[in-house]
Amino acid sequence: MKKTFLKLAAGFASCAAAGAALAGGAVEITQKQPLNVPAIIMFAIFVGMTLAITYWAASRTKSASDFYTAGGGITGFQNGLAMAGDYMSAATLLGLTAMVYTNGYDAYLFMIAFFVGWPIILFLMAERLRNLGKFTFADITSYRLDQGSVRTMAAIGSLTVVCFYLIVQMVGAGQLIKLLFGLDYHIAVIVVGCLMVVYVTFGGMVATTWVQIIKACLLMFGGTVIMLLAFSQFGFSFNTLAAKTIEIHKLKDALFAPGKLLQDPVNAISLAMGLMFGLAGLPHILVRFFTVNNAKEARKSVLYAAGFVAFFFNVILLMGLCAIVIVGTSPEFFEGGTIGGKIIGGGNMVAMHLAKAVGGNLLLGFLAAVAFATILAVVSGLALAGASAISHDLYARVIKKGNVSEADEIKVSKMASFGIGLIAVVLGIAFEKQNVAFMAALAFGIAAAGNFPVLFLSMYWKDLTTRGALAAGYGGLTAAVVLVVLSKSVWVTVLGYATPIFPYDQPALFAMPLAFLLGYVFSITDKSPRAAKERLAFTDQWVRAQTGFGADGAVSH
Amino acid sequence: MSSEMYARIQKNPKFTELVSKRERLAWTLTGIVLVLFFGLFMTVAFNPGLLAIRLGDGFVTTGLLIGLAQFILFWVFTAVYVARANSEFDTLTEQLLYESAKAK
Repeated sequence: MKKTFLKLAAGFASCAAAGAALAGGAVEITQKQPLNVPAIIMFAIFVGMTLAITYWAASRTKSASDFYTAGGGITGFQNGLAMAGDYMSAATLLGLTAMVYTNGYDAYLFMIAFFVGWPIILFLMAERLRNLGKFTFADITSYRLDQGSVRTMAAIGSLTVVCFYLIVQMVGAGQLIKLLFGLDYHIAVIVVGCLMVVYVTFGGMVATTWVQIIKACLLMFGGTVIMLLAFSQFGFSFNTLAAKTIEIHKLKDALFAPGKLLQDPVNAISLAMGLMFGLAGLPHILVRFFTVNNAKEARKSVLYAAGFVAFFFNVILLMGLCAIVIVGTSPEFFEGGTIGGKIIGGGNMVAMHLAKAVGGNLLLGFLAAVAFATILAVVSGLALAGASAISHDLYARVIKKGNVSEADEIKVSKMASFGIGLIAVVLGIAFEKQNVAFMAALAFGIAAAGNFPVLFLSMYWKDLTTRGALAAGYGGLTAAVVLVVLSKSVWVTVLGYATPIFPYDQPALFAMPLAFLLGYVFSITDKSPRAAKERLAFTDQWVRAQTGFGADGAVSH
Repeated sequence: MSSEMYARIQKNPKFTELVSKRERLAWTLTGIVLVLFFGLFMTVAFNPGLLAIRLGDGFVTTGLLIGLAQFILFWVFTAVYVARANSEFDTLTEQLLYESAKAK
């Protein structure tokens, strides 16, 4: 098995190297991309390091528990880093910096909304997740209910969120690599897909966790260095920085006041709800609650993760503001040299340009490698979460009804990872030209309406029955998807109609309460004998959730 | 994982104590966070001018300060919860499980 791994790894590494070597030859039509040697070197180092980790992880991944949750032996601090890593993708670094650059204070509000889900998930869910679950959050949703139907629903919800999230990441990765390394988009997407499959198939959760930890450290380190270098140009004085930004930015004073982004209360609240509760429905984040020893470590994970996220968001605020001055007044970063015109590479490249401006090609190369690492780590986490849903929920519990050996289950997980990798590549290629920003929001919205309500009801409400859970799960999921299809992002932008039927961008405000309502109504009207049994079974579940008695402990290596 | 053990745990008064203490802390903190956070968003929607007021002669606005304060405060809340849960609640849980295992 190790021989195969080594051969495959060598194969992929040489593919990546060959692709990178081609970079010199690929000429962009819109702009000439000089061969970015430092970036390619750092990228190669990162890939080499992560493949080495995967090799090490493969030797430690023997059981299903190892594959899905790293045996449960990750410490709170490590897990916190990994969670923060899973949460802060390239969209965070690039997209949020760009948002600060364009919208100022509105972006800060956005970041608060992004952040606030963490304390909530700690207070309401962290311990229960750890105490009740084993490998996937479907374990918890279906704890006392009918395994077959509820697990299927939870798995579908998981896979839907994973899919949309993956598309965003793959398209982002493809475009980023194309821009920074000069690789052809299709090759870039395939390289990402291959590496992701290698990490997950051979290294499981151990590999993805450590890749995530390393990337989180690199991300925060890189961002902080850039921020400090940039901020030093203003003598580390916020007032000096602010004065200059107001001078330069087209919003002037209004830069630091709430602007257009969150003006409409319904949109703003819906977005906030989606982000806040969506966090508690993201499968690749939820699974990290099972990788630690016990509830104590699970709580600490959130403490650390929240700390890292809060810290980094504030770093991004400063980065974005500095960029307004440093990047915004430099003709070299604008197409055709016109200041205030179109930024080279698109708005999302602001962070990269800032890196180049304060640290030259070296820092730019570092940040590019980090951005790529970020995407790689997140897609691996997503792929693993998806593979777990397929093998643990659908295959082992639903199809085989629990009569399956660990070895078989692991085999199916690996096949599923490969399958997901394939699908991710296909989708990435298919959606190349689409504006996939709306998909990130959709992923959160679905998680908030499809996954979170059922999970929450299952943990807290005695009277939830199988029928109610199915209604809430499928209802929330469908409502979220339908509302987004009817909203501007799809109905108008993609399908070409004149006005959207659903006037808001975010479905959460409507789909989430609907899910809760459906869960409630279909449960209390359920008078079947099975429902009565399920209500009785709640007490034991409640005790286990509160005390951790009966929970799966860690596996020692 | 017997149902008997679960039943014994439940009957133990420490269980009710644990649950009520934890729920109270969790929901109080959740409530404060939600009120403050949605309060901020409501202000953005209905009275955004309040957040644009400059403090002192610098450029720091009320909005920026409140934003930063929310990051810090909410993180402090998580620290408070973890501190209390990892000490008081976990000790209570250990005692509870020990007593319930002993009592036959």
